[in-house]
Amino acid sequence: MSEEIKKEAPKKFTVTIDNIAIEVAPGTTILQAARMIGGDVVPPTMCYYTPLKESGGKCRTCLVEVSKGSEKDPRPMPKLVASCRTTVMDGMEVKNITSERTLHARQGVVEFLLINHPLDCPVCDQAGECDLQDLSFGHGEGGSRLDFPKRTFTKHNIGPYIQLHMTRCIMCYRCVFAADQLTKEREHGVLDRGYHSEIATHIEKALTNDFIGNVIDVCPVGALTDKTFRFKNRVWFTRPEDAHRDCDKCCGKVTLWKRGDDVLRVTARKDQWGEVQTYEDGTVGWICNECRFEKKNTNDWVIEGPTNVSRHSIKSVNHYINMLKPKETIPDVMGRNPKLLMDIHDVSEVNDPSIKLSKINGPATSKTFNKLIENKE
Amino acid sequence: MSIKLLLDKVHVEGIRTYEVYKREGGYRAAEKALKTMSPDAIVEEVKKSGLRGRGGAGFPTGLKWSFLAKPEGIPRHLVCNADESEPGTFKDRYLMEFIPHLLIEGLLIASYALGSNNTYIYIRGEYAWIVDILEQAIQEAKNNGWLGKNILGTGFDCNIYVQRGAGAYICGEETALIESLEGKRGNPRIKPPFPAVQGLWNRPTVVNNVETIAAVVPIINITGEEYAKIGVGRSTGTKLISACGNINKPGVYEIDMTISVEEFIYSDEWCGGIKNGKRLKACIPGGSSVPILPANLLLKTAKGETRYMNYESLNDGGFVSGSMMGSGGFIVLDEDQCIVKHTATLAHFYRHESCGQCSPCREGTSWMDKIFQRLEKGQGKMSDIDLLWHIQYNIDGNTICPLGDAAAWPVAAAIRHFRDEFEWHITHAAEAQTRNFGLAHYADPLPVVQ
Repeated sequence: MSEEIKKEAPKKFTVTIDNIAIEVAPGTTILQAARMIGGDVVPPTMCYYTPLKESGGKCRTCLVEVSKGSEKDPRPMPKLVASCRTTVMDGMEVKNITSERTLHARQGVVEFLLINHPLDCPVCDQAGECDLQDLSFGHGEGGSRLDFPKRTFTKHNIGPYIQLHMTRCIMCYRCVFAADQLTKEREHGVLDRGYHSEIATHIEKALTNDFIGNVIDVCPVGALTDKTFRFKNRVWFTRPEDAHRDCDKCCGKVTLWKRGDDVLRVTARKDQWGEVQTYEDGTVGWICNECRFEKKNTNDWVIEGPTNVSRHSIKSVNHYINMLKPKETIPDVMGRNPKLLMDIHDVSEVNDPSIKLSKINGPATSKTFNKLIENKE
Repeated sequence: MSIKLLLDKVHVEGIRTYEVYKREGGYRAAEKALKTMSPDAIVEEVKKSGLRGRGGAGFPTGLKWSFLAKPEGIPRHLVCNADESEPGTFKDRYLMEFIPHLLIEGLLIASYALGSNNTYIYIRGEYAWIVDILEQAIQEAKNNGWLGKNILGTGFDCNIYVQRGAGAYICGEETALIESLEGKRGNPRIKPPFPAVQGLWNRPTVVNNVETIAAVVPIINITGEEYAKIGVGRSTGTKLISACGNINKPGVYEIDMTISVEEFIYSDEWCGGIKNGKRLKACIPGGSSVPILPANLLLKTAKGETRYMNYESLNDGGFVSGSMMGSGGFIVLDEDQCIVKHTATLAHFYRHESCGQCSPCREGTSWMDKIFQRLEKGQGKMSDIDLLWHIQYNIDGNTICPLGDAAAWPVAAAIRHFRDEFEWHITHAAEAQTRNFGLAHYADPLPVVQ
């Protein structure tokens, strides 16, 4: 019986990432294997997006060193490989944070991504949930070596829902893939090439497809933001809450970003990697334009409760779950009653707890205490 | 006089037409291959010949062909890469323009060997007149039963289509070429999967350079073993070199890879020496993307051995003191040329041709170009040299396709070998506007900066 199960069980590949071994199914990418391990060994990603097919490989932030190709062919790979698009082999050894070469290359890539980025985080709606902020905080240099004017673009108005800031774009192609795979026809794309390539609609056209709002969710930076949320609030002042409604177009499961009782913004639910959540039945939680842009009333939604966000995120400042509440009394904190060298009340009448300081006009002095004590007597 | 296999009939009057080409022994190889050889035998013959890809990378062609996946019921394709856009390389143009039937014959044999019924020539858009020449040659071949259905009664069908590019250097990269051929934006694909498994329309595809395909014809004619005897070591057969720059006789030459670089430049049979009796300063031996070499490292390797015109010898010393055979664009610079300006031109070219898909290439090439323009204007800073070095170091090897490497290598080599000239450009900014640095001191290779 056990032999039969062994035969039926698919072969697993063992891959070692930063000296941590894990068994994964064949066809898994290095990045997915690293995410299974979790923690610091996960390479950062800017263009790879699990629910979008063909995404990845472009930003080069997830480069890792493969120090051993596989058990059969133990030669190391000569170049750093994009972990999001490289599948694991049995016995592969990968170095991410243990490889200086990787970290150096990543630092270079971050510099390249930032040299033409306007760094206008103070006025950017994405600030606080921006992948590029996290990336540059984790891997970037303190200063810039670029002393040329930054790249600018002609502004395009791409419709009533979505605001395009081309200067912030890092050309991850996620929105192009999203529009390809979610909407009936893609109306925007990449124009020009090289340094001047930009996301735009070729002929001025509004992006109004039913699921086009999802490009806001997939955008890792503030290049595509929600016009209905524009300049309304900072991300970290809003409180995310899971909610749902019956929608005939989409799954209807969303996160509401609230300030007080006002719903300021509606987004799809995201997982711990900042990607739109894939539910247990395999469906991806994309939401339609109606849910995203037009249902800004609490009455439209059935609220499930606060969203679970990592407490290390700046977004968690308004979070009420997974937070340790401070313990209130000294015995709770210390586990015992405090031992005092002396009790001040034994030696002085000052600070007598029976005297209510709030009932005294002006600053209290020893005279007042004496007076009060006399009066009391 | 060395052996000529590809260009021996090129000067025959009217070789462009089918009649003359046939009379001069053309389509003999195709007849031999289709009638007497099996597809596997042809692949075996090419393997034996040791033919290496002539497009630049030098990958063994027979090996590449044997990697082609052959799943049942899925068509396979052969694509001929005629998108020859490398500055300094024009060998394929010469071949296609003057002896187009050689390419058609080679394509027919290769298609038969690989089982490709629909074969494509992806030609550079700027070669507008060559498209007509090729179309005419294809038509002639078709009229005489060399293309179409049931060729020579073997039951093998083959059609060749010519597709024009739209002026993008990046479409010479094989996966970008495939994307472009499919009618998409010419962005290189992320490998794996390799084209041999999933290429054109997700079918197994082989992409070969024009010269590689043409070289199949003599291989079949004289057999692979005989072909392997020409040349030295792993550099077998003949190679077309397009020589240009400050030489007396620029043009396309067929060499058998046994001659030395010195002979190639100074012999009257080839380049005929440096123009106007000047002195050789530097040379790019294999098209703009390979590292530039100063005269002392070009003629002799770092070990003091004579450098020969073949894959191994040109690569001797790696990138520290060597270069690459590349695509055979041999650019010679004399003492009057400015290396900074020259590298700036290349940097500008690569900035213009980057597809913009991956960040190091998109941002890095434009950054380098801006710095070079500043250096050219005489506003450079000493720190710019190190900055250029760091930028190229961060690009090199970290991009999707080899264009990033191709943009990084010339800059790296120029700084490595001609750093004193860069420094002079900065310290003598005003003087650099009016005159050139002249001959470099040919400094020893600098240590690799990390």
